[in-house]
Amino acid sequence: MKYIDEFRDKKFCEKLAMKIRNILDEEREITLMEVCGTHTMAIARYGLKTLLPRNIKFLSGPGCPVCVTSNADIDKAIACCRTENTIITTFGDMIRVPGSSSSLLAEKVNGSDIRVVYSPTDALEIAKANPDKKIIFLGIGFETTVPTIAASIKDAKDNGLRNYYVLSMHKVMPPALKTLVDSEEITIDGFFLPGHVSTITGTGIYEFIPENYGIGCVVTGFEPVDILQATLMLLKQIKNGNPTVENQYTRTVRKEGNPAAKQLLAEIFEPSDAEWRGLGIIQRSGLEIRNRYEIFDVEKNIVLQIEETREHPDCICGKILKGVSEPPDCPLYETVCTPENPVGPCMVSSEGTCSAYHRYTEYRI
Amino acid sequence: MCLGIPVKIIEKKGTRGIGEIGGVKREVDLRFIEDVQESDYVILHAGFAIQKLDEKAAHETLSLLSEMLNDTPKTR
Repeated sequence: MKYIDEFRDKKFCEKLAMKIRNILDEEREITLMEVCGTHTMAIARYGLKTLLPRNIKFLSGPGCPVCVTSNADIDKAIACCRTENTIITTFGDMIRVPGSSSSLLAEKVNGSDIRVVYSPTDALEIAKANPDKKIIFLGIGFETTVPTIAASIKDAKDNGLRNYYVLSMHKVMPPALKTLVDSEEITIDGFFLPGHVSTITGTGIYEFIPENYGIGCVVTGFEPVDILQATLMLLKQIKNGNPTVENQYTRTVRKEGNPAAKQLLAEIFEPSDAEWRGLGIIQRSGLEIRNRYEIFDVEKNIVLQIEETREHPDCICGKILKGVSEPPDCPLYETVCTPENPVGPCMVSSEGTCSAYHRYTEYRI
Repeated sequence: MCLGIPVKIIEKKGTRGIGEIGGVKREVDLRFIEDVQESDYVILHAGFAIQKLDEKAAHETLSLLSEMLNDTPKTR
């Protein structure tokens, strides 16, 4: 058992696709939203849309952390690059995202010391090796990633490091899902819930979706067999009129989540309001560093000169993140906005919906 | 960004371990999971193991799928 090949088995995929076709009422259009950017990529990479009947529509949701980061926050990150005597550390996904007039990459070209790290603990090593510099980690991510950043802050405290700072732009999933279903701009028949967010949080946080909105939910893994099996589970819920939260990704997700990771997250961070691209400001959907750890908080220790935020007037990333529009609806898509020269974050991030479309959608003549 | 991959723990010292996938080795922070042992698989995300894989649950999923293969297909 290697937990990968088994869940890419072609014979399972074919059988699941057949069962999906059999259960489906051909008349009705079914819209299923994958909340997580890693699901968006898996669906595109394995060509799952082409395997299923045309009346099943997969829509991408607000689950790519880079994509939902507001321009104002990106400008804040860029302002960090312009402070004296600092080294910026970041996950690679952020490096090319355009803000109002610059990007981290452009700042790097202009001489800022910006380093891509694989783990927040790598940023701590940089802090230890450069005691005369301020090391800023650009904190983005959902519940999956936040515990790892919390661990870096905890370690910085335990090791007496005083030159490590985090810009907290983190977000949590449930309030965004609630905002999305409340907005009534789109009708969603079922949610593929994010497998790795749920690994940390557990499955209880989603109960309000079937209970209050009557929408079915399946916590889903990331291999093609996982996504097809979850599709079948959602269709059965829809057919039986029995919306609930089911767990397809049982090999990884427990009902209670990961208590140790949740505990550390709550020790370091507390809920705050946050702005999401496309969804606006959502109450208690962000995380800020608690007062007792404030010596590690960029916003409480470093003065930033942030430029006035401007949005590109034609970019529709916001609508794409809500599932209201799809990439080909955008006038910039593949004309002005390409992976080489991206205008919006959905084209930059490896998990962005526009990027997934661009890379994997076949050209139709 | 929430990408996590299953890696096999091949060495463990306290809360630090070495994980391996396809011959590539990586350091893994194990502080978030209890009772992990060498030869267990974990989901690795940003240098941290975020959960131990449940082999029994994986077998259950796969045997359910195998049973499904033997279903007689409906014609329509």
